[in-house]
Order: sequence, then C-alpha cells, then structure tokens
Amino acid sequence: MFENLSDRLDNVMHKIKGYGIITEDNISDVMREVRLALLEADVNYQVVKEFTNNVKEKALGEEVRKSLKPSEMFLKILKDELLSLLGEDKVEIVTNKKPTILMLVGLQGSGKTTTIGKLGNLIRKKYNKKPLFVACDIYRPAAIEQLKTIGKSLNIPVYEEGNNNPNDIVRNALNYAKENNLDYILIDTAGRLHVDKSLMDELVCLNDEFKPDEILLVLDSMIGQDAINVINGFNDKLALTGTILTKMDGDTKGGVALTARHLTNVPIKFIGTSEKLDGLEEFDPNRMVNRILGMGDILGLVEKVESVIDEQEAENTYKKMKKGNFDLEDFLAQFKQIKKLGSLEGLLKMIPGAKKMGLNKVNIDPKDIARIEAIILSMTPEERKKPEIIKASRKIRIAKGSGRSVQEVNKLLTQFEESKKMMKMFSNGSFKLPF
Amino acid sequence: MGFFDKLKRIVNKDKDVFENKDEKELYNKGFEKTRRELSDKLNNLSKKYKKINQDYFEELEEILIMADIGVNTVMGFMERLVDRAKKEKISDPEMLKELIVDELFIIYVNDEILVDKVKYNENGPTVILFVGVNGVGKTTTIAKMAKREKDSGKKVMLVAGDTFRAGAIEQLTMWGDKIGVKTISTKENADPSSVMYKALEEAKKDNYDVVLIDTAGRLQNKVNLMNELDKVNRVIGKLIEGAPHETLLVIDATTGQNGISQAKQFKEITNITGIALTKLDGTAKGGIVLAIKEEVNIPVKFIGLGEKMEDLRVFDIEKYIYGLFSELL
Repeated sequence: MFENLSDRLDNVMHKIKGYGIITEDNISDVMREVRLALLEADVNYQVVKEFTNNVKEKALGEEVRKSLKPSEMFLKILKDELLSLLGEDKVEIVTNKKPTILMLVGLQGSGKTTTIGKLGNLIRKKYNKKPLFVACDIYRPAAIEQLKTIGKSLNIPVYEEGNNNPNDIVRNALNYAKENNLDYILIDTAGRLHVDKSLMDELVCLNDEFKPDEILLVLDSMIGQDAINVINGFNDKLALTGTILTKMDGDTKGGVALTARHLTNVPIKFIGTSEKLDGLEEFDPNRMVNRILGMGDILGLVEKVESVIDEQEAENTYKKMKKGNFDLEDFLAQFKQIKKLGSLEGLLKMIPGAKKMGLNKVNIDPKDIARIEAIILSMTPEERKKPEIIKASRKIRIAKGSGRSVQEVNKLLTQFEESKKMMKMFSNGSFKLPF
Repeated sequence: MGFFDKLKRIVNKDKDVFENKDEKELYNKGFEKTRRELSDKLNNLSKKYKKINQDYFEELEEILIMADIGVNTVMGFMERLVDRAKKEKISDPEMLKELIVDELFIIYVNDEILVDKVKYNENGPTVILFVGVNGVGKTTTIAKMAKREKDSGKKVMLVAGDTFRAGAIEQLTMWGDKIGVKTISTKENADPSSVMYKALEEAKKDNYDVVLIDTAGRLQNKVNLMNELDKVNRVIGKLIEGAPHETLLVIDATTGQNGISQAKQFKEITNITGIALTKLDGTAKGGIVLAIKEEVNIPVKFIGLGEKMEDLRVFDIEKYIYGLFSELL
C-alpha cells in the first residue's frame, strides 16, 4: 500500500535535497510532483489543492534555522500536514458498554461481511470479549450463508432470521445476546448506494431504534473521487463514528485515507490488510504517514533535533556563523547540544540513505566529546574567543589542565579551523549538502 | 464530421441512438446523478467565464479529475484542448464545450472500429470468463448476463468457479435457480480448475450455447491468485478450442486510479476482451474506463445501470456520451 506514493515523493525529495534554501522557484517543481502524486493516489481534488497550498506556504514562510536542511524542513512540513489530514490520534472503538452495538454499513462489495468476521476476531483477541454476529443483509443471495461460514470458522455465534425485517432481527438478537451473556453485537447490513432512499431509510430505522455505539462505514480503498459523495451520503443520514478501509493489501494508493478524515471529520478506525480473518489492523495515523513517506525515520530525527536544540542558541550561532565570528565557545555549545541528542550512531541510522553511505557502521565514541569539552573548558575566555593567540606555551598549559596531550589540543584546534571554513562556505552558499 | 455534430444532429432531429423509449429512459435514469453532476458543472463553468483563461482550464481539469478520468489522461487531454483552442482561436466557453465532448470521444475511440459485440462460438458452447478484484460485482453481473442470454433463447450454464469466498457458490446457485439455468459447482475450497473440467465436459455433451464462468475476486498484485487464474484460463482453453471466447474484466464504477493497474495486470494473465462496468447507478462516473481505453486499450462491453436483472446493458459509446452530455447539447 502507498508504495507508489512514497516512490514518487522520494523522487520529489531528491529534487529538493540539492537546494540550500526553499524558494518560490525551486519549490514549484516539487509541488507539482506532490500534487500529481496525490491525485494519482485518488486523494480528493479539493484536499490536494488545499494541501499543496498549505505545504507551499509553510515551506516558504519557514526560516532557515535550527540547523535543519531545507529538505528536512520540507519533509517535516509534509509530515505535519499529512498528519493533520489523517487526524493526529488513534481513535479506538467504544468498549465500555454491555452490550456494545456495532453496525457496519457501506456500498455493495466494499467488504462488510468479511470485515465483520475480522472485527469479531479482533474484539475477542484484544478485549477478550464475546461477540455475536447479526445477519441483516436480507437482500444479497447467500449473504447469510457467507456470514454463517465465517462465524463457524471463527467459532463466533451468528444470529439470523432469514429475510425477516432488520429491526425485528436486531431486537431478537439483543435478547439472544443477553441470554447467552455476549458482549458485542456486530450487525452486518446489506450493501447499498448512498442515494438509494428506501434502503438508506432502513438503516435510519435501525439507528433510531437501537442507537448503535458505533456506526462504521466500510470503504473499499480502491475508491476514486466518488469517495466524498459516499462518505457524506452515509454520514448525513447516520452520523458515522468511523470508517474502515478495506483491501489495503492491494496495490491501491489508498488516497481515500487522506480524504476521509479531512473532509468529513469521521476518523478511520481500522484497515483491512489481507484476505485472512486476522487481516484487520487498528489505524494509526503516525504509522500511515511514515509509510506514505517511507523515508527512514527522518521524521523521528527531526523531532528529536527539534526537542533538544535550543532555538535561541541555534539562532545566535547561525548569526555568528554568517558574520564569520564563530569561536570556540560556540564550538563547545554545539558539541553540548549534540551530546543532548544521545547516541550518535542511533541518530545516524535515522538518516535516509544512511545505509547506502555506510553511515550505519560509523562508530562515534561519546568519550571523544567529553575530551573536547575538557580541552575547551581548560582555556581562558579570551583564548576561546580568539583561538589564534593559542601558541606553544598556552597549548602546554591547556593540555595539563585538561589532562590531555598537546597533540590532542592541536587536533582540536585544526578541527575547529576546518569547521569554521565549512561554515563560511555554507553561509556563502557555495557549500553543497551531501544529501 | 466530429462526434459532437453527429450527436447534436441526433438530439435535434430526435432520431434516436436508442432502440426504443424504454432504453433511452434507462440510460437517462441510470446516468441521472452522474449526468446532473458532470454536465451541470460544465454548464456552470461556461456560464461563469465569458472568455476562457487559466482559471477556466483549472476548473475544467478539476471536473475531469473528479470524474475519475485518469490523471495522465486528463493532463494529456488538457494539453490538447488548450492547443486546439489556441489553434482554432476559440475563446468562448460555449464553443469550447463542443471541443471537450469531441476530444473525450477521440480518447475513447482512438480511430478504431469498436467491437462491442460479444463474440459467439459457432462450433459449440461460447465460454465467457468473468474476472476482477474482490467486490466489484462479478457474480451479480453473471446473473444478469445469464438472464439476457436465456431470454434470447440460449441454453445457459453457470459455473461456480469462486471456490474461495464463503457463500460464493451458494450465491451463484441461488441466482441460477431464480433465473432457471443450471449451475455447476464443487465443494468450497476445491481447485477451481476441477469445476471447469466438470462443467465444460457437460456443456459439450449436452449442447449448451453459453457458459458463464465465475471466478474468485483477487487483487491483481497477489501472485499466487493470479497464477491460479492463469491455470484456470489454460484449462478452459484445453477443453474447448478457442475458449474463453470472451474474458470480461468486471470493474466497479467507484474505482479510482487503481482501475488502470487492474486492467494492466489482468490483461497480462488473461486475454481480456472487454470490461463490464458495474454500479453506474450511484454517483460515481466510472471515468477510469477512459483512461483504461487510452492506456491499456480495453473497451467497455457492458454496463450495470441498476440492481434489476434487466439493468445490464450492452455498452455503446454514443449512448454513454449521450447519457453524460445530453444536457450540454
């Protein structure tokens, strides 16, 4: 699922990776790719429009700070916007009532009956509760047979009364559940078009009498732009509590996931991921976004960097860098910030393409940072501001004070000069980022 | 003469493309919601803009994308339309409407003579295989087709080749009983090839005219299931020469861009001769068939316009475009 979308975004990111800064010019290509990728994924046209506008606006408005590369910044913005489309949180089904009534509704062929089976299986496993399937698809030939076969293979009871009126069936099913001490009532309804008035009225009747705790719309993830009409059609009549996206194990890009929550505010609760009866997963927006982006855990990295880097300090460093008066104090401050990030190896692994570059095998000794810290702290404030005054006698004193060798002090000073040079290139714009 | 002119002439002279009033009514009704949305939108667009400009084209693009016409197809279409408008110096949106209908028709027809008739086998049973992803309406379409063929005086057999989905065999058998045609089946979870053997031997022996074969729904990226279909296809060909004579890919009209992938991958395994587009009586436009025609070159042969047995119709591009655009003319 979503593979093609992430490929496409991958190409987009290659384009933006080369840029030092996001401008109106270089982002227009990228936005075009994002737009086509989303449209090809069947995301609603209006949502795509809004999404690309938001992303663009935010990307351009974002100042270069926090030592983040523009491509990382762009990814972060994409992620935030995708997340806000999908709804930030996992939304679980109601579980605190007995009996809990769940009703599944949807178009013909969306996968309601199979999903009922999977849902019953999940409820029993996860909550250790006893479900009952209620067969209310009184129209499709053999729909009841299908549910009974599924019930039998899961050893979950099925309540049916043939072609009787659905309200009567559910009423009797509730009694049956009470007598048999069952916790969950899962109602399978007939597939119907959202514009079929008489069949929609039938659902409204069920809703009026039994007030289900959950009314879940089962949606085929291969659905195109009609998705919004379908969701609205059912939601207007029934006040849906959630949707379930089926057939996500196909090669559909499943853009409906981005449409559903954003345009209707109905949360996605589950996704169907195989033909087997355990192929139902709880929907997790974060995981879905990472899957869409599929770019290592760069977002985890960005979040981590954001949470520990002191913005003000980074800003000051950046300004100094630009003016070229970056000194050993700043050098030390940077090391301290890096230290706050924890294991550097772990961080490197989060970088996309790290494996390709061999970065996953890099060993960084945290003691190195402690040594650098010790050396710098053994300097006088003047020395830290003007490292060029550090000559032989000062070097010996610093080495003694920090317990390191003169060679190590020399090495540090060389390193500092190197990074100062690099920073100058960076602020001149002549420095190309490695990825 | 462009298609539009022809259509306009038909509408104005009231010389129907339809066989009778009932058929016209069915098309009108079946497409009502689809049409209302699509042609209303196009009409409003023409009213909104006095002259065509960038915004006009952007809104037009939106309308077409919303109809699920493939993204690539729409992008190509827009380029050609902008070009043609420039070349023919058209700035009035009213005039452009004609070009739009014409260009859409060109995508579909693509200079070919369209064969939309079912190819019948003259020396024995005609075998029609139905394939598609899960839940598109294969079994229901077969039932409707069986009714059509039976009503035209043919001896029809149904074959329950979906041995996987719970209740699928019962579903087809119930339809067979209702329509009054024989259904051949085996046990659930049996190898579908075995039921093919049983059915086709009987079809030859008892001189059936038409054999309609149901298969399990399968997502086109599932290698094992597609291999199974390959085997079924080969077994059928060994039992009756030239069979299957038609292989229809059933596609749900609500399907989005994934329809292209379905068409491509099913075509690799079987010789898809046409599409049966189902569930057109909802609000979905089924525009993806335009992209499928353009990119994979498979024509639509049947459309499902309602839940009744009679609601499966032979697809006719003129009637389809008439259904979509009659109010524009």
